[in-house]
Amino acid sequence: MPGLEIVSRSSLLTWMAFVPLIGAAAIIALPRASRGAHRWVALTTAAVPLLLAIQLFLTFDRATPGIQFSTQAEWIKSFNIQYFVGVDGISVTMVLLTALLSFLCIIASWGIEKATKGYFALFLLLETGMLGVFISLDFFLFYVFWEVMLLPMYFLIGIWGGPRREYAAIKFFLYTLFGSVLMLLALIALYFNVKDPVTGGHTFNMLAMMNQANHSAWLLNSGVRHILFLGLFVGFAIKVPIFPFHTWLPDAHVEAPTAVSVILAGVLLKMGTYGIFRVCYPMLPDAARWFSVPLAILGAINIVYGACVAMAQTDMKKLVAYSSVSHMGYVCLGMAVFNEAGFTGAMMQMFNHGCITAMLFLMVGVIYDRTHHREISGFGGLMMKMPRYSSLFSLALFAALGLPGLSGFVGEALVFVGAFRVYQTVTIISGLGIIIGAAYVLWMLQRVFLGPLNPKYEKLPDISLREMLSAVPIAVIVVLLGVYPPPIIDMIKVSLVNLLRHIPA
Amino acid sequence: MNLRWSDTVYFLPEAVMALTFVVCVVLDIIARGRRNRLTVLALWSGTVLSLALALADPPRGSHPIFGQMVVVDPFAHFFRVLFLIVTMLVTAMSYSSREIMGEDREHKGEYYSFLAALCFGMMVMAESTDLLMLVLSIELVSVISYIMAGYARFSLRSTEASLKYVLYGSVSSGVMLFGAAIFFGLTGQTGFVAISAKLAALPAQQTGLALLVATLFVLAGIGYKISAVPFHFWTPDVYEGSPTPITALFAAGPKAAGFALLIRFFYTTLVQQTHGVEGLRVVEQIQWPWLLALMSAVTMTYGNLAALRQQNIKRMLAYSSIAHVGYLLMGFVLLTEAGLQAILFYLIVYAIMNLGAFLVVIALNNRVGSEDIDDYAGLSSREPLVAVAMTIFLLSLTGLPPTAGFIGKFYLFAAVVKSGMWWLALLGVMNSVISLYYYMRIPKAMYFASTQETGGLGLARAHIVILVLLALPVVLLGLYWSPFKAMADESLRRLLWG
Repeated sequence: MPGLEIVSRSSLLTWMAFVPLIGAAAIIALPRASRGAHRWVALTTAAVPLLLAIQLFLTFDRATPGIQFSTQAEWIKSFNIQYFVGVDGISVTMVLLTALLSFLCIIASWGIEKATKGYFALFLLLETGMLGVFISLDFFLFYVFWEVMLLPMYFLIGIWGGPRREYAAIKFFLYTLFGSVLMLLALIALYFNVKDPVTGGHTFNMLAMMNQANHSAWLLNSGVRHILFLGLFVGFAIKVPIFPFHTWLPDAHVEAPTAVSVILAGVLLKMGTYGIFRVCYPMLPDAARWFSVPLAILGAINIVYGACVAMAQTDMKKLVAYSSVSHMGYVCLGMAVFNEAGFTGAMMQMFNHGCITAMLFLMVGVIYDRTHHREISGFGGLMMKMPRYSSLFSLALFAALGLPGLSGFVGEALVFVGAFRVYQTVTIISGLGIIIGAAYVLWMLQRVFLGPLNPKYEKLPDISLREMLSAVPIAVIVVLLGVYPPPIIDMIKVSLVNLLRHIPA
Repeated sequence: MNLRWSDTVYFLPEAVMALTFVVCVVLDIIARGRRNRLTVLALWSGTVLSLALALADPPRGSHPIFGQMVVVDPFAHFFRVLFLIVTMLVTAMSYSSREIMGEDREHKGEYYSFLAALCFGMMVMAESTDLLMLVLSIELVSVISYIMAGYARFSLRSTEASLKYVLYGSVSSGVMLFGAAIFFGLTGQTGFVAISAKLAALPAQQTGLALLVATLFVLAGIGYKISAVPFHFWTPDVYEGSPTPITALFAAGPKAAGFALLIRFFYTTLVQQTHGVEGLRVVEQIQWPWLLALMSAVTMTYGNLAALRQQNIKRMLAYSSIAHVGYLLMGFVLLTEAGLQAILFYLIVYAIMNLGAFLVVIALNNRVGSEDIDDYAGLSSREPLVAVAMTIFLLSLTGLPPTAGFIGKFYLFAAVVKSGMWWLALLGVMNSVISLYYYMRIPKAMYFASTQETGGLGLARAHIVILVLLALPVVLLGLYWSPFKAMADESLRRLLWG
């Protein structure tokens, strides 16, 4: 579709990743007091990646499995580090999710009054980091983007967060850094043991790393591969977060301001699973196969344990946070089965959970802004007072419990279809997660929206236009993909099949 | 020993610094300690002249001069440029520090003349190729360091620091001298190259124990200079007690000089270069890489763990500097080219980020007169630029991209991984994670905590300019570092391959 091209194919990804950075610089140059300007600059700059992501989504050739929209340039010659970006179907969906959620989060952050300059500048820096991770094809570049994200996140939680924000911020930072340094060692080891097919030297090129023919004899040793796999896996698993590395999540998600929780749950968690798909699986496929059973079991633990803990929460945001642990478990289970249905389900679940959990956090934020608490037991009967809000929230909740017709169902169903053939027991146990999930969702729905109205909230205003603007686009996607998932499935299908072919049986 | 006049050509930058010292002293006597501006100007122009001379004619090969007492080669050149730049920066930092230039301070002129002498000493340290010069240059640097640590005479902390420094310093110097004596006894030579040749001729059984003891003793002397565990005990007290600009200098200057000496001494005296990784052939029964690796591991872990509990930022940075010595030693342990290149690159980065951090400490100290981490509360709203710069320095010290500190650490870890010493690399990265916790305490105070204090710190414009000049390269070198890396690599080539 030539009419849709805003910028050329080769420079699109670069613009997309760095326009937010330019926006951040512009915001820093603005005077501290001009709050309105900060917001509008942020909104405009966040709109650019979204438009470009839409162009990417529409013009991406779904039939070819390879990398598209790629650009390659020399960066550090002596160490063969390159600026190498490009996308396949897996990354395009993540890029779209990131650009969309970032844009909507800027709208959702409109009410921020404290130090808007820093807030929006950091937010845009964060967006650059996230987009960069999803488009990098040079491992060094990938790592730099991966780490660049940490700092804005630390400050966004630590300055604009809730009462225990300092603790949550440093905990998040330490956990993630712990994972990343393991990844750093693994990536250095890979560098020294992968031969650049063109020059014969060492390389950080991820595509070269994915081809076993380039691996050195040392790297082909299965013990080494298993250890490297585990190093990378732990780095990514902390982000997902996979049990037992999940304990940073409830703190960070609960203490972060609404928009940052959305980004955390909607995008950052996906970085972990994306990393496994992009790095662990193609580079060390045999080790991935070796680790499949533990991963399936970890996925099941995530599903059931996350759901059980969510059930016990009295704080809405905490409940949503733990539901993320549970839902990311489906992704892990899907990734562990090594068939098309499982992989597709995992990818679908990544995209859909990103949307659904974003909506849930936005909705929790709306009520928190009005009442300044999130205790489930403190509400009741909101349906009568805030009908529009309640229906949006209910839609998100039903999507979260996997109601057919909404997008949450598609991913989960595919994961189960794929997994049942391979691990029957684990799948059946995971099925419990659906039941518990339905229980905590419905129970919360009942306590918050039904029953008698708490007289304190007689005068609660319904959801405002701005708040609607941030949530309704996601609601539309949730419904659309629930009824008609092919837009995403077609996008990822070829890339996933290609990945599967790469992994030995 | 034959001395030639032509030798002095290579020694001009050093000679200029020695002359600067004299000029500063004379100027100070003439001005009777009042018109310090003139002394500072003399020091500044001397340093600039020396730097210009050094850069105008960089040595292309190895020039052993003064009867092979010192050598001017690219390796020494790299360090002398580093020292001159550090001295210039520290001069500027001292000038803006109330601890040095406050109304009630005395002997300000003298202070600057000592800076010149210290710079000269460090330059010679990196050039020594003889046991006599080694001892002499270390002593020169040490004695001036003792004086400078105690510069604030009326401050109890400063006096205590100076005394501790003297006690520890003289003991280690004595031990090192003893080691040097054994070397002389074994070989009858004092020149590094001559010792190396003699040692190669001696059978291992004859030299075994004596050589081990001698090497360990010299290592102790240098270890004290770079504050590696277990020779580090003076560091926290001296760093805390000394006036801040001097602490900054100690962290960036003599430490780098110590590493220069360490590398040169081990490489020209003890390592047979054909042996590569297993190159230390001194005492074959002892696993040198393991011994050094242990030292590196203990140094970084101890430094980081001890830094966790500090409440005084200078003390914290002192322990952090010990930790960084541990990281730097990782590159030395392997005795590979990649490792040494990583050390040199890291020394540049380390100097920049440390000077930057200490510059912020000076700014705070000028205003509140203390160095408690709690004093940093709410700094972000009072001095946003300073807070951002400090955050950049601390991130770089932690080793997070996109800062120079990350690149430096990346090369060190890469060198370790390449040699297959996995446990050390793993310990190194885990230490980075630990260090994040205490470094982040300062941004936490600056950004998350609030304060009753309002208004800026009243910084001089020059202070801000230097701060920006230090913060920018930390970020820029994190994005593009090829030229600096090439420079570091190039200066080693001659040392290693003749």
